[in-house]
Amino acid sequence: MITLTGLKLKNPTILAAGIMGTTGASLVRMANEGAGAVVTKSIGAEPKEGHPNPSMIQLECGFLNAMGLPNPSYDGFLQELEFAKNGSSVPVIASIFGGDADEFLRVAEGLSPAKPDAFELNVSCPHAEGYGAMIGTDPYVVEEITRAVCDSVDVPVWVKLTPNVTDIVAIGEAAERGGADGVVAINTVRAMAIDIATGYPILGNRFGGLSGSAIRPIAVKCVYDLYAALDIPVIGVGGVSGWQDAVEMIMAGASAVQIGSAVSGGVGVFGTIADGIDKYLDENGYTGVEGIIGLAHEVI
Amino acid sequence: MRPINVTITKIVEESPSTRTFFFDKSFDSAKPGQFVMAWIRGVDEIPMTLPYNNAITVQKVGDATSALFDLDVGDSIGIRGPFGNGFTLPQKNENILLIAGGVGSAPLVPLAEYGMRAGSDVTTILGARSADELIFADRFRAAGVLHITTDDGSEGRGGFVTDVLNEIDISEYDRICTCGPEIMMARVFGILHDAGAHGQAEFSLHRYFKCGIGVCGACCMDPHGLRVCKDGPVFNGELLVDSEFGEYKRGGSGVRV
Ligand SMILES: Cc1cc2nc3c(=O)[nH]c(=O)nc-3n(C[C@H](O)[C@H](O)[C@H](O)COP(=O)(O)OP(=O)(O)OC[C@H]3O[C@@H](n4cnc5c(N)ncnc54)[C@H](O)[C@@H]3O)c2cc1C
Ligand SMILES: Cc1cc2nc3c(=O)[nH]c(=O)nc-3n(C[C@H](O)[C@H](O)[C@H](O)COP(=O)(O)O)c2cc1C
Repeated sequence: MITLTGLKLKNPTILAAGIMGTTGASLVRMANEGAGAVVTKSIGAEPKEGHPNPSMIQLECGFLNAMGLPNPSYDGFLQELEFAKNGSSVPVIASIFGGDADEFLRVAEGLSPAKPDAFELNVSCPHAEGYGAMIGTDPYVVEEITRAVCDSVDVPVWVKLTPNVTDIVAIGEAAERGGADGVVAINTVRAMAIDIATGYPILGNRFGGLSGSAIRPIAVKCVYDLYAALDIPVIGVGGVSGWQDAVEMIMAGASAVQIGSAVSGGVGVFGTIADGIDKYLDENGYTGVEGIIGLAHEVI
Repeated sequence: MRPINVTITKIVEESPSTRTFFFDKSFDSAKPGQFVMAWIRGVDEIPMTLPYNNAITVQKVGDATSALFDLDVGDSIGIRGPFGNGFTLPQKNENILLIAGGVGSAPLVPLAEYGMRAGSDVTTILGARSADELIFADRFRAAGVLHITTDDGSEGRGGFVTDVLNEIDISEYDRICTCGPEIMMARVFGILHDAGAHGQAEFSLHRYFKCGIGVCGACCMDPHGLRVCKDGPVFNGELLVDSEFGEYKRGGSGVRV
């Protein structure tokens, strides 16, 4: 059992936003597969179909996606969130996005009747015009949005950061100033792939974000830097597919890890990683995961 | 995997609304019922099953399928796959019933031929709106016994595939495999469920696919969160009891439709 921004998690593995998170039933399934908490698909104010396919492909080194934030709006998602809350015993975190502070507030308030255990603010999607990373690269905007949501909701607020900035720490500090209870790092890394038979960019949106193993070292460095600079917990995400990856992320400074793309290898990944972390802690004489959070900062 | 480039070598008109596009590459690992993501560059990428290892059979229903119909021999598309789980393969001496509606015959026809080669007895109920919309009737006939139904009675028996199903002894069959419009499959499910035979039946389902590889969650079904692209698209009837199947599905944004 760990406590993360006041939430009780049976283990430090969390389903990442946008993976198996469009329906209440799939969120419950991931919780049953062993996730310590689950994050929903990012939800906005209006229904969105997202970008045309191909919207996700597997590359040699990871996964490339430009879903384009498809979502049924907070109105359409309310029943899914209620299903997830009623059907699972783990915390359910609502990921939300908007074009400005007012829109974030509308979505947060719209989802509040379903009583999400926390909100995760997606200010970091690399490929949706006017949303996500478009605002997540400006520390003033991030601080303003974070403050607006924190002032209006009475559950913990996490802010999900983009690595597509010169200095992720400046954005993390802005979230902390705005009152965030934790930061989540990282969202996908801007990327593209081209079909060499024709020269066509493969994604329907032409470019998108890279996830999976290829970005893990980038995520580890971001988490390492954020841990050093912030007082609030850092939740590590990016390329975690085995318990070793999770332990590495935690040693960089993560209090918990999120898992996304690795679900493609099997939905049992949460249970497997949670067990692996426990075994590692046992074998190395640690009584809990706190023993290794940020270890990389202490040993040198 | 990145999309594999395939060039169209032959186009066969199967019906006024349906064409088969043959490629210069064969996906020999494909099992009947698996699917590929077919990328019509600059337009869309859509799920298609393989009625031959080197072809897709496409019914023109909207943007992407219309764009496919605009292609000629020599043009190319991208293919990812095969993905997902196909039908259980028939064994020697097994009695197999196939129920196909419209373009739903595409994943079933290679299954019929596999069954024939394996030494199973294959019976097919093939339905369509009218005689000219019957697809792969000759291939099904060559693989075993064929019952034809058309809504307008222009060939075979007038009516629906379920009319034939209602009259045959379901208990004679080791397995029943079906693909077609959801309303048809839901009626088939109802009949098999009443007969207590849904656990011996396999249904090839359709939902809106985005990633096609089991990550994004767009095609998940209620109430168990099964992914049609990865846990299916072929499901045993037992998994569909009290599910959204036949009731509703979600569109591209996740809104229930
Ligand atoms: C596993 C599977 C196998 C299929 N095999 C075949 C086949 O062999 N032959 C065939 O003709 N059709 C097949 N289909 C259906 C085919 O994918 C749709 O007809 C096609 O996507 C329509 O695209 P469109 O742009 O022309 O139509 P649109 O105008 O975009 O939509 C028409 C309808 O097609 C469906 N559709 C659209 N996009 C998608 C998508 N990305 N994923 C799933 N459904 C979609 C929706 O239900 C929509 O209402 C299959 C579907 C699935 C899920
Ligand atoms: C298909 C897909 C959809 C995603 N959708 C969202 C989303 O809606 N909101 C969000 O904050 N992050 C989204 N992400 C980013 C992931 O939550 C995660 O930050 C990223 O994929 C890195 O983790 P991973 O390597 O474990 O996948 C998405 C990622 C993928 C692959």
